[in-house]
Amino acid sequence: MTQKNRIAGGQIDRNTTCKFTFDGRTYAGHAGDTLASALLANGVRLMGRSFKYHRPRGPMTASSDEPNALVHLRSGARTEPNTRATTTELFDGLTATSQNRLGSLSFDLLAVNDRLSTFLTAGFYYKTFMWPAAFWEKVYEPIIRRAAGLGTLSFEDDPDVYDKGFLHCDLLIIGAGPAGLMAALTAARSGAEVILADEDFRMGGRLNSETYTIDDAAGADWAAATVSELANMPNVRLLSRTTVIGAFDHGIYGAVERVSDHIATPDAGKPRQILWRIYTQKTILAAGAIERPIAFNNNDRPGIMTASALRSYANRFGVAVNKRTAIFTNDDDGHRTATDLHAKGVKVIVIDPRADAPRARDYEVLAGAQVVDTMGRLGLTFAKVCLADGTERIIECGALGTSGGWNPNVHLTCHQRGRPVWNDALAAFVPDDLPAGMTVAGAAKGDMSTAGALAGGAQAAHSALELKGRLPAIPQAEDAPVNITPFWYVEGASRAWVDQQNDVTVKDVKLSHQEGFRSVEHLKRYTTLGMGTDQGKTANMGGLAIMAELAGKTIPEVGTTMFRPPYTPVAIGAFGGRHRGQDFHPKRLTPSHKWAEEQGAVFVEVGNWMRAQWFPRKDETTWRESVDREVLATRKSVGVCDVTTLGKVDVQGADAADFLNLIYCNGFAKLPVGKARYGLMLREDGIAMDDGTAARMAEDHFVVTTTTANALSVYRHMEFVRQCLVPDLDVQLISTTESWAQYAVAGPNARRVLEKIVDQDISNAAFSFMACANITVCGGLRARLFRISFSGELAFEIAVPTAYGDALIRRIMTAGAEFDITPYGTEALGVMRIEKGHATGNELNGTTTAANLGMGRMVSDKKDSIGSVLSRREGLNRADDLRAVGIKPIDPTQPVPAGAHLMISDGPVDAAHDQGYVTSACYSPNLGHHIALAFLKNGEGRIGETMRLVSPLTDIDVQVEICSAHFIDPKGERLRA
Amino acid sequence: MHDLIPIPALGVATQTIGTITIAENAGVALASVAARRGRADICADVLTSILGAVPDVGKAVLHDPEAGFWMAAGQWMIGAPMDTHEDLADQLKAKLGDAASVTEQSGGWVVFDITGAAMPDMCEILCNAPIRRMAAGDVQRTMIHQLGCFVIRRAADDHIRILGPRASAGSLHHALITAATAVA
Amino acid sequence: MIIDHPLLGPRDSAEFTYMGDARLIERPSPDSPDAAAAFYDYAYLRDNPAGWHRELWFHEAGDRSWLVVTRNTVTHEISKVEFASDVARAKGRSK
Repeated sequence: MTQKNRIAGGQIDRNTTCKFTFDGRTYAGHAGDTLASALLANGVRLMGRSFKYHRPRGPMTASSDEPNALVHLRSGARTEPNTRATTTELFDGLTATSQNRLGSLSFDLLAVNDRLSTFLTAGFYYKTFMWPAAFWEKVYEPIIRRAAGLGTLSFEDDPDVYDKGFLHCDLLIIGAGPAGLMAALTAARSGAEVILADEDFRMGGRLNSETYTIDDAAGADWAAATVSELANMPNVRLLSRTTVIGAFDHGIYGAVERVSDHIATPDAGKPRQILWRIYTQKTILAAGAIERPIAFNNNDRPGIMTASALRSYANRFGVAVNKRTAIFTNDDDGHRTATDLHAKGVKVIVIDPRADAPRARDYEVLAGAQVVDTMGRLGLTFAKVCLADGTERIIECGALGTSGGWNPNVHLTCHQRGRPVWNDALAAFVPDDLPAGMTVAGAAKGDMSTAGALAGGAQAAHSALELKGRLPAIPQAEDAPVNITPFWYVEGASRAWVDQQNDVTVKDVKLSHQEGFRSVEHLKRYTTLGMGTDQGKTANMGGLAIMAELAGKTIPEVGTTMFRPPYTPVAIGAFGGRHRGQDFHPKRLTPSHKWAEEQGAVFVEVGNWMRAQWFPRKDETTWRESVDREVLATRKSVGVCDVTTLGKVDVQGADAADFLNLIYCNGFAKLPVGKARYGLMLREDGIAMDDGTAARMAEDHFVVTTTTANALSVYRHMEFVRQCLVPDLDVQLISTTESWAQYAVAGPNARRVLEKIVDQDISNAAFSFMACANITVCGGLRARLFRISFSGELAFEIAVPTAYGDALIRRIMTAGAEFDITPYGTEALGVMRIEKGHATGNELNGTTTAANLGMGRMVSDKKDSIGSVLSRREGLNRADDLRAVGIKPIDPTQPVPAGAHLMISDGPVDAAHDQGYVTSACYSPNLGHHIALAFLKNGEGRIGETMRLVSPLTDIDVQVEICSAHFIDPKGERLRA
Repeated sequence: MHDLIPIPALGVATQTIGTITIAENAGVALASVAARRGRADICADVLTSILGAVPDVGKAVLHDPEAGFWMAAGQWMIGAPMDTHEDLADQLKAKLGDAASVTEQSGGWVVFDITGAAMPDMCEILCNAPIRRMAAGDVQRTMIHQLGCFVIRRAADDHIRILGPRASAGSLHHALITAATAVA
Repeated sequence: MIIDHPLLGPRDSAEFTYMGDARLIERPSPDSPDAAAAFYDYAYLRDNPAGWHRELWFHEAGDRSWLVVTRNTVTHEISKVEFASDVARAKGRSK
């Protein structure tokens, strides 16, 4: 197909042709085109269907505020819905399809909604909730779900990657139009570190779309020359294709750089987009202005767009949307479009409601006239105009440009709750209250002329950077004043679109007012005005002007809705960056990981740690078989388990013992060197926080362990106590979790295995229960040995510098071979600790006290410790408080599930009669039946009682007996052996 | 002498992607030093005798054979060649005595040396350290791929050293490789 | 937000962990006759002002210092950043 609307001029590369398809048809455009400009060049005006009524739509703008021309870009897994054709850079091989249609774009079956518009007015969605009640779920909701919305997702994984990055500068300039470029030049020549970001792929802003000259050059040429000067300066970073999406606190800005969106597929390993976090001292917002439309009946037909868009298509892209074009304008800027189009050979007619509209020699101007309606099923064919004398005239045209004035682009000035103020001369809101460090220049500030923008940009850079000396020379440029008479909608208009993306009409705004939703925020929610992907950039002003008129208020009295980041839609992938799939979070591998993999271990994620869960043997078909074997073998002979993941904190200093006395509820001052002790930490409110051991390696040196899960938060808490509560104690903390590879060797033969490894006497006499020491192993490697036991067996934990962890586990396995040493994972570890009645996170669950855990007597009243005062509160010390107990089923074949609740066996089963709950449960291979740990009211006094254990959700109701939580070796003889 | 053989955190070969070379450096012994209360002067004297100077806030002293950098007020990380200083913590403790708390850190960290012209570009998509503003000897603790790391700007203009948590050496290396590929 | 660390200069607040009211430094004495009531206040009753607030921030991804940051909770303006240990000493928490 030929590019029948292509005309001379513009900044496209006519030597580079790009083939692309839209809805399966192949077209040609040029490098430098957008998808919209290329389609318009090919005579395609119809690009989409509207949200609610499925009305035919074409582009309304040539920029990122586009409400209508939203397409599916690319195909397959790379499909990107709701992509603005007006900013999509054309590339060879681009494929796009239209969206939100049933059938073809030109014959959309859901266009019937347009006939039903009486029922689909503002608030119809909320009204469907009201009556009849049963209709919502069965009738309305499915229909609305099917019909509403725009594009659809591919439902496939995005094959591309996204990066997140960080940039630092002295000055961030947002927008590379005349103001931004002049600001960048001024700042860059001073030596400041400058970032200039622009959402377009071609810097220059409106200069690319205008015919103005700067000094003696075309504006676009001046822009190109300036950009190339900036590109050669080492202190300047030019970020084109980069949208600054948010202004955050203290000079932090978010920006999305579309690195690979303009090519078919990103190069291998290259990101599609980068989400930048920019740290800057100062910011100049030079984001320009957005032209607003005028509302009249059927103002949404393809071919009707803003006048400045027509100008962009003609001047920048070399596209005359139609050879017969009408301009409907209330300001002098609309006439500029007419002049430009006429010069390009387009037949132009101007309709200006102002009686004193400027006259033109070359084309007809209808002063005091208004467009009252349009015709054309899939695109504009005729406009109906009401002339000054009240007669009507039908004008044949395929394009109609509307110009209702320009809104300074204040969006980013309002991200920190700033509100713009009304400017009567411009009939628009201008920035007022700015984020700290930001200044505004050019059209964004309300300086609408090119000369004003250039001077304003230079001045803004000069003052932002507090430069001394004179301003640079400002090039000569046009300096036309703004001449506008506010005009928002044509009297009597009803099906006149205010928000084209969300199908909000003048009538809807009136209905909202009539039904009492008059505040601007209510208007937005009730009608959905401004809630589309474009956030109403071209729509909001019209909506609130109409509301102001209806409410008898001024526009500033009505005010604007909040502006929030992001400025334009951002792909979720950009926010996710590399953190997806396997890389969602980093993995932590234990020192024995490689060896465990060789053993065929099954791993489980514990926080970020990958821990061996069990070590299946070839003949084992269920996890229980492996776990039972590991437990039995450990209790019978010896087992080994990697316990490196426990948090370890090195506590040193003359006052280290005093410090531990404060953070643990039990005492540590008298712990002798060479001994370890179990410690329980409370929160200040008396609830248990964490537990572990503290081993006294020297008078002034303890090694403290925390649970794996709480390693970070306990360390933070310890630093809080050290710095905020006892700032002058001589104590130093540092985490050493990963510095040491630590293995638990447990079972009756544990000592015999380790005797072959350690270089000193570890007999019971020389190294008794809870002993600890700095030792050497294997003939001289520095190591630490602790005689502590989680399993309840005779056990040691042995630690070596992490680099030797792999060698040590292999050595332990060799040394233990004669005792059939068995590696065990976290499941067997869990079974053995339940058999022994040791608490973990299931029991220290953020609601339990030391007393609940059966450790009430540990809370020393002879010293101060965190949580001790409030642990003595009456409410935490009632006679019928929960106590930790053991549970076994009466029928040994039955399981006792965790989470089930205990009830009196002949009492009612309901929440009011709840007696307690199971925290941990497992099958005990040693006992041959399931066992569990539970919290039970007055548990100590109920040993031997038969109770019902119920879980209504899983339909479980079993008889259980309450017993001691210590199922194995209650006297602790094994661990002292 | 013992007969256990240490293994590097990751044990990966040096890789060059575009202009960037990423090398695991398993030859660094590390120990942290924290001044005891009221003993800062003695601690500073000893550190000066070892390093030539006490590393200032946010700085490293790039010195041979021992080097050091600032971690926190009154706390420093000291590094030295593993071949000669495997017992670095003991060596330091012997010199510092009660003036400081010394903790062995060799096993806690993986060390990567990154060199090449595109190194600053790579850093920009790894962490918020203002790499282009950092001078030789500047050190910043920062997050890379959710991991707390130290970034040390070395003497050569295109060289940084990254210390990251050893257990996550694989994840960190993966992040370095993907970032290098993205900017290559 | 940017927190101007007393030693390290401006740092991104993302490097910090937040813990709220800096009154947590003022832990009551367990020996006072009204200790139970004082600890109840300390543990549970804290101000949550719209406006200037002194709060605790932990430089988790930095030098591991606890800071007292004086911040306006409405505007996010930060007027003062101190080491919590210095504040604690000034409150008489030295031994």
